[in-house]
This record gives sequence, C-alpha cells and structure tokens, in this order.
Amino acid sequence: MNPQGERWTTDQVLALAPDEASRKASGRLAAPGPWSETGADGSAVWGLCKGSGKKPYQAVVDFKGPAFTCSCPSFKFPCKHALGLLLLWAGDEGAVAAGEPPQWAGEWLAARRERAERSAAGPSGAAATRAPADPEAARRRAERRMQRIGAGAMELEQRLADLLQSGLATAGREGGGSQADGGGGRSWDETAARMVDAQAPGLASRVRELGSVVASGADWPARLLEECALLHLLEQGFLGIDRLPAPLAATVRARVGLTTDAADLLTGPDAAPVRDRWLVLAQQDGDDGRLTTRRIFLRGERTGRMALHLSFAGANRPLELALPTGLVIDADLAYYPGARPLRATLGERYAPATPGPVPPGCGIDAALAAYGDALRDDPWLDSWPVVLADVTPIPGRDGRGWQLADADGESALPLDPRCLGGTGVWQLAAISGGAPITVFGECGHRGFLPLTAWDPSPVSL
Amino acid sequence: MTTTTSPETNPTPPATAPAPWPDLVSAALLGTERRRPPVAVRPGQSAAAALLDAAAVSTVRRRAALRPAPAGERPAPAPDDPRPPLPLPARRRLALLLADRGDTGGGSRRGAAPDLTELLPQWLAAAGAYGYRAPEALLPALLDAARARTDLRPAALALAGPRALWLARLNDAWKFALRGTGGAAVLPEGEAPEEIARRWEEGLFAERVALLTAVRRRDPEAGRDLLATTWSTERAEDRLMFLDSLREELTAGDEPFLEQALSDRSRTVRATAAELLSALPGSALAARMAQRAQVCVGLDPAAGPEAVIRVEPPRECDAGMQRDGVVSKPPSGRGERSWWLGQLVEATPLGGWEARFGGRAPEEIVALPVADNWRTELHDAWCRAAVRQRDAAWARALLGVPGAPSRTGEVAPAGSSRDLTKLLTVLPDGERAGWVAEFIAAHGLSDAFRMLGVCAVPWAEPLGRSVVDALDIARDAGSYPWSFSGVMGLAERCLDPAAADRLAMLTAVTDEPEGASPGSGGYWSEAFQRLVGTLRLRATMRAELLPPPDAGTTGGSDPTADAAASRAVADADTAAGAGTAGCATTAAPDDGSAP
Repeated sequence: MNPQGERWTTDQVLALAPDEASRKASGRLAAPGPWSETGADGSAVWGLCKGSGKKPYQAVVDFKGPAFTCSCPSFKFPCKHALGLLLLWAGDEGAVAAGEPPQWAGEWLAARRERAERSAAGPSGAAATRAPADPEAARRRAERRMQRIGAGAMELEQRLADLLQSGLATAGREGGGSQADGGGGRSWDETAARMVDAQAPGLASRVRELGSVVASGADWPARLLEECALLHLLEQGFLGIDRLPAPLAATVRARVGLTTDAADLLTGPDAAPVRDRWLVLAQQDGDDGRLTTRRIFLRGERTGRMALHLSFAGANRPLELALPTGLVIDADLAYYPGARPLRATLGERYAPATPGPVPPGCGIDAALAAYGDALRDDPWLDSWPVVLADVTPIPGRDGRGWQLADADGESALPLDPRCLGGTGVWQLAAISGGAPITVFGECGHRGFLPLTAWDPSPVSL
Repeated sequence: MTTTTSPETNPTPPATAPAPWPDLVSAALLGTERRRPPVAVRPGQSAAAALLDAAAVSTVRRRAALRPAPAGERPAPAPDDPRPPLPLPARRRLALLLADRGDTGGGSRRGAAPDLTELLPQWLAAAGAYGYRAPEALLPALLDAARARTDLRPAALALAGPRALWLARLNDAWKFALRGTGGAAVLPEGEAPEEIARRWEEGLFAERVALLTAVRRRDPEAGRDLLATTWSTERAEDRLMFLDSLREELTAGDEPFLEQALSDRSRTVRATAAELLSALPGSALAARMAQRAQVCVGLDPAAGPEAVIRVEPPRECDAGMQRDGVVSKPPSGRGERSWWLGQLVEATPLGGWEARFGGRAPEEIVALPVADNWRTELHDAWCRAAVRQRDAAWARALLGVPGAPSRTGEVAPAGSSRDLTKLLTVLPDGERAGWVAEFIAAHGLSDAFRMLGVCAVPWAEPLGRSVVDALDIARDAGSYPWSFSGVMGLAERCLDPAAADRLAMLTAVTDEPEGASPGSGGYWSEAFQRLVGTLRLRATMRAELLPPPDAGTTGGSDPTADAAASRAVADADTAAGAGTAGCATTAAPDDGSAP
C-alpha cells in the first residue's frame, strides 16, 4: 500500500489505455513473468520489462498526473509496458515491493518534480511572455474572424431558407436516393466545408449532423426541422450577438466554435476557479478515426455542480488527463463562460485522488426537470448530466425500448436508442437484477444515455 | 421517443397561440413557396425564416417540457445468489481474462506474453471450486464468452449462477444458457421430495437432466426411482439422455431397471442399456456375454507345453446376442465374425479371464501368444473392456512398460484401434503421470500430446520434469518451438507453477547449435519466457482466489479446485490442440506484443 492508501483498480488503469490493442497487450504484461527490479513508493512505480531485445525496457509511472515514461520505441502513449506495470501494481499488493527508485527512474521523476515546482512557483511566467504581443493586432484579427463567421452564418441562413421554401421533402428525395448529394442544391457536406472555411467549426459540425438526419428513420422530417430550427436560432443569435446578455453571448460564441483559452480561465483577470471535492462520475473516450475525445464528468461534493472536462488527442497521441471513474479529487475547476456553464478546465489539485462514495441521486421527474431547466439557459443542449438514484432498468421487449423506472414504479425514462447496441445496457440489467440501482448518465430529448452504474463500486458502461 | 409532452405551459405565452408542432412539420415538408406556413411573419422577414423561428420555439419548449413515460412491466427480481463474491483482485483478473477474449485472431503462439484466453477455463474451474459467484457487471461478458466457446459453458454458467439465467431470459443471444449444458445443478439442501418430483415433471429438458444428475449424485437409488416414475412416457431421445446420466453413479441396484430397458422400443436406448449393464461385472448380461466370449477364446489344447491363446469367433449373431446389445452389421471393411467377437469380449467382465486362463494374472495373459493373428483384435477388445469397466489392473497390463524401446510398435500396432489415452485414464493419477513421463523420456513429445491432456493438473513430478527436459532436448536439436506449440501450450496451463523458478534459466538466449534452424534460439527463449510468465501468472491467479482471511466461505476446498481444474483442462485441451495445429507449420507474423 502506498502512503495515500490509494490503489487504483484495474478498470481505472485500463481507462488510461490509448486504444483497445494496448488494453489487451497490457493485460498480458500484468504478470510477474517479464518484470524485474520493480518497485514503488507513494508517488511512483517502476520496473524493467523484458521485451524481444537484449536490454529490458525501463518503465516508470508517476501517479501524479499520471505521467508515464518508457524506453520502448512504441509511439502509443501510455505504452503497454507502463500500463502492464500499473496493472501489476494495481492487481496484487505483493507484486511490487516498496522501495527507493533506482537511478534510471529517479532521474526522470526528479526532473518532473522540478518542472512542476518551477511552474507552480511562477504561474505568471508563461502568461508574461505572451503578454507583449500586440493587443491591437489581436483585436483586429478577432474582428476579421467575427466577420468571416458572420458571412458564413448569413450564407447558412440562406441555405436553410431555401430548404424551407422548397420543402424538406425535396431534401429527403436528394438524401434518400444516395449519399452522393447530387441533384439541385449544394450537399450538406459541401456546406459544412464552407463553414470550416468561415472558421466556424461549431456550425460546420451541426451542418454535418443535418446530413445524417435526412431520410434516416421514420420521423426524420420532424428531427430535421428541429435541427434546422436550432441551427437557425444559433445563427440569429450570432448575427445579433451584440444585443445578447453576456453569458448567452458566450454560449453562442462557444457553440459557433470560438474557443476560450483554458489558461485564461484559471489565471486570467476574470478567473473564478471553484474549489471542491470533485467526484469523477464518468470517463468516456470517443474516437472518430482522426481525433480521440475524452469526456470526464465531475460533480462537486460541496457545490453539487456538474462539470465536463474535455480533452482531445490525435490518433495515438496521449490524452492530457486521465481520471478513473469513482475517484474524488480535491481541486480547482474553472468553468468556461456561458449561460449554463458545464465545460470546465482543471486547475490546481490539492491532494491525491481517493476512492469516492456512491453518489446521491434524484428521481426521474427531477432529472427531466434539470434538463428542462438547463434548456432555459442554453436552448442548444441535447442533454444534461444527472445521477439517478433508485431506478430499475426495464429491458426492451417486443419492439419496446429500454427504460429506467422510478422507485414509485409508475414513471419511467426511456434509454437513448444510441446505447442499445453495446453490452452497457446488459451490464445495467445484470447489476440491477430487477432491483433499484444508482446510474449516472445524460438525460436529454433522445432519452437517457447511461454512462456509469454503481454495484456499489463504479462500473463504466 | 416515448417520453410524453405535457400541455405547453409556458410562463410567458406568446401573443398569438402557436401552431401545433405537426402542423409546422407538414408546412416544412411541403415548403413555404407552395403554401403559406401557419405562423406569424414579421415585416421584412421571409416566410421560411418565420417558420424556422416558430419551429425553434416549439422545439425548445417541447424539449423543456418532457414528462416521464408510463413504466413498462418490470422484470421479476433475479433470484438471490447467496454465494460469496469474488475477492477484489480475482474480480479484476476475471475482467482482464474476459477482455482478452477473441484477440490475436490466428491464435498465434508467438511472443513472450501469456495467452490469457487459454487460462480462462482453468480460472473458471478454480473459482467455481471455491463456490464464488461472478460479479454482476461481468455477467454479460461471461455469457458472451460462453456463447462463443462451448467448452467454457458448464464452468462459466456455474460461476455465473442464477442471475445469469435470469439475464439470459431477457436476451435471445444467450438462449443457450437456458438450454443447459448438463452442468452440475445445485440441489438445495433438504428440498422436499414433492418439490423435486414437481420440478422433474414440469421442468424443461435441460433442467430435468441437471436435476436427475444432482439427485443421482446424492442418492443413486432415488435418482433412478425418479426416472422410473415417468420412464414409459418419455420420448426416445430423452430416454437416451436420461439413461446416459445413470452412467456416473452406476450401481448393481440399477440392473433390474437396465435389464428392462434392454427391451426398449428404441435401438439406441437398448444399446446404451447393454453398455451400462456390461460395465456392471455382476450383472446377468455380463455373465451371458462372458459365457459367449469364453466359448470363443481360450487356451489351445493342441498347443503342447507352450500356452497359446486360440480364438474361434462366433459364427452367427443370434437374437439373444442382439438383445444384449451386439450390433450384427459390421462397419464397412470389417469382417462380421471379428466384429461380433470384439463386442463380446468388450462386454465380458475382465475378472473372468484369470480363471479361464488357469489362474494367470492379467500381465501373464497379455503376454501369451495368440494363434492365427488374432492378437491385435483380442487385445483391442480387452483395452476397450478395461476402459469401460475402469479396470486398472488390466489397463496397466495392456499398457505395459512405457520405456521399452519397441513398445510403441508393440502397444499400438498397425491396424489397431487401440486408444492408449483412454486406457491411461483408467490408471490412478500418480501412476498415469509416471507412465506418461517414462513414455516421453523414451519416445519424445511427438506422440504425447493427447496423453498429456489426460494427466491431472498440475502435472505431478516426474512428469513435469520429463516434459521440460524433452522441450530442452528439442531446442538443442535446433527445431523451431512452434513445432511443439501444442505441448508448449499444455505445459503453460498444466505445469506446476512451482516449476517456474527452475525454468527461468531456460529463458536465456543460447547459442544456436550447429545446423539449427536460423533464429530458433531467440524463438525458444521467447517460448520459455512465455512458459515461465504463464506459470507465474497462474500462481498469482490462484493466490488471488484465496478467500480473504476474515470471510468464512465454504471451507478450504483447494484440492477439489485442482481436480476440477484438471477436468476443465482435459476438456479444453482438445480445442487447444485443434487451434494450434494450424500454426505448427507456419511462422505466424509477430503479433506485436514485443516491439
């Protein structure tokens, strides 16, 4: 046991893996066989892993961060050796003996700590070097970008107006025939590319979504109209952004695709970090082939506020943050500005993460009310994160969808159809066994998307 | 979307009543140039923009006013599973073993890391022996694993327990679990006989087989009586399966029932009844068969001072023989007289031959010369009889001394259908391991794969040492390790983990001997690394399963864990052999586990 009394679970370690292959490969290295000179102290674990070459690989993991290093040539990060070492350490208390780091591990660890202390001592250092940039030039750049986005929004407005004028049915014929998007109008993908050119990635991704709605499923005209209307609302918001209250204007800006520098949120003049004990409710990785997106949901113990931390990485690149589900971190979070802040960036962490409790939750009425309430501030929200307590999964049978039923047994929340393909819902049913359980997920207009269930230890779905 | 929408109660209702959503959708479908949409258009605004405005308001309003849907019918609660949960490290291990499933498609036996998939059967058996229940969250993965691999099913379903069956009723993909696999059904302590009778009469086929097996294990007579209550009304294929489940606890008390089944309507039922009866040395059928066989086989009176066995096979297969299960029509390519003889000898109690041959012991009888080339036929039949009657003395005699140089030719001559591996299963564990060890020392590994598969796990010394020595010799001979991948895989699963330290020295890359296959030294080092790694992992896995000291579980049952694991491995090894045969001849590309 290390001094913090903190030992990660296998799930937590596996959550760090960059892809499925490393997850499996590391599972095979999680045995004493290939390892030698392993050791751990309160803050790090290290070991030599026999590979195919003569010289064994030197793997070191710093729990703070966590950070990894390994002498293997793998371009994956963390590599399977680092993961295997962590699994070995996590799986069996006796497998890795306590000790002092050998030289090859100690050097790296010391360098890391030194760097950490330096940046802690002078947090303004980085900001100071950036400050001398010409503020006037920056302002002009920003203005030009606003103009380009405005032009893009106008163009898109025209595109939507044309569509509504000739009718969605025509879009259905075009989209339904083939994905070639031929015919009269410009294709959605083409329009999306125009929005990328206009430096409005938020608009671009919404337009791409429109393309996938057309002629998909029974009620596609209604869904297409919904998405077109919300896109129209966003453009109108952007075109009239000067007349919006500041928080709503920030929401519109973020939704259009204008980013805020995370460092400014923590250290800028308007920085308002929230310190709390944050429970990690879920950590989910999405992968669209080019980009891995990691979403970490947190909830503050004291404030009760939900937060969403996003990190992105190109294929096979490390994700900046790994927070296994179920841990509690005492840390600063700074929310991105908006009418309904949710996205946040992580600031200073005051203590090592510790295993957290089963979170308290609400019922189904309250969950729907929370989503409705959030929509009041941000009409573009597809869902809002909630912890449901005492809900019973009802498996879908005979064409009826899955539900989560309330403790009273009468009202229920349908599960989001997107979750039905995987094993997640079956894990939900298995954990429940027909009895009420606690589930975290996103409650939205498509239904409830479960992400974590407690059995009572957290299980990622 | 099954969530319903409440009446639109907006705190600030718009001046004019908004058009209902369906009207907006149909207006949008049609297009504003064809018909004026049912919305208010501000001056200077296009009808399309006004429609989008109204649609946006309506969309947000409906989303914000979602109401719960009426709950569907809840599933009945899963039955309680009182077994203790897995210790935490073991739970993690199971998650890893299940996550590894289905990887490295070609079943590559390369690389230095253990093959977790192959350890799953062993793990399941060991965990099952402790009486743990599977973690609920892993049940879907466990069911999927069992669905993909039938050899895992009994152990996986036993561990998964009642909740898995509950779950399987909800998912058609897991229907197999409800069909049952003949796995051990747990018979509740002190269940009322009426309750058992009710389950027997009302249960599905698989449940009934499991119930019969369970009752039979506890009380053979009660099981048979249970079967007798419904015997005459069962379908023929069910009768066959039920009859087969009597095999395990066969006793002399079953004879009247089986004798009656000899007159069954179904031919296969009759044959099975006859086979079971012949395994009861004291049965009337066995006596009838002995009488027939001894007419055919005896010492040649005309042979002078040297004793010689003379064989005179039966000339016809009469009605009495057929009723006793002798199949009259031989398979193509076999003479019918020798076919009948084989069946008679196979069903004859072996104990009777000693008297027939003047009080000679089995070894002496086996050593007697046989006239007219009947030796192979006769010895093959004796081998089958020894397996069927579980006669260790005869099995020992027929197996002979494994190390004798000429022994392979002698023990399994050409044209023989003799199955040495089956014969070995009759010997006690220790003796079996010793025989196979000597066999390997004398003949190497090439013919030993199936024999190794029936040896108790972990392999007792000297068997383990003899396998390792043989592998070491194979390396020195300069061949590639994947020529021995089948045995290597078995060794990973069956060697005593305690051997790991001794083996560690073999993992060094040695100089390749003269004339060795290029690169073989490195591959051997890798193969031995993998062997050592797997053994260490097995030791870790076993330790993880130990109940936590404070939990009072079902009592230390470690020995049974070994026995069960041994059975599981025996089951698994056939599959493993088939899986590795493919890559024994081709060098599979590196699977990337060693960058």
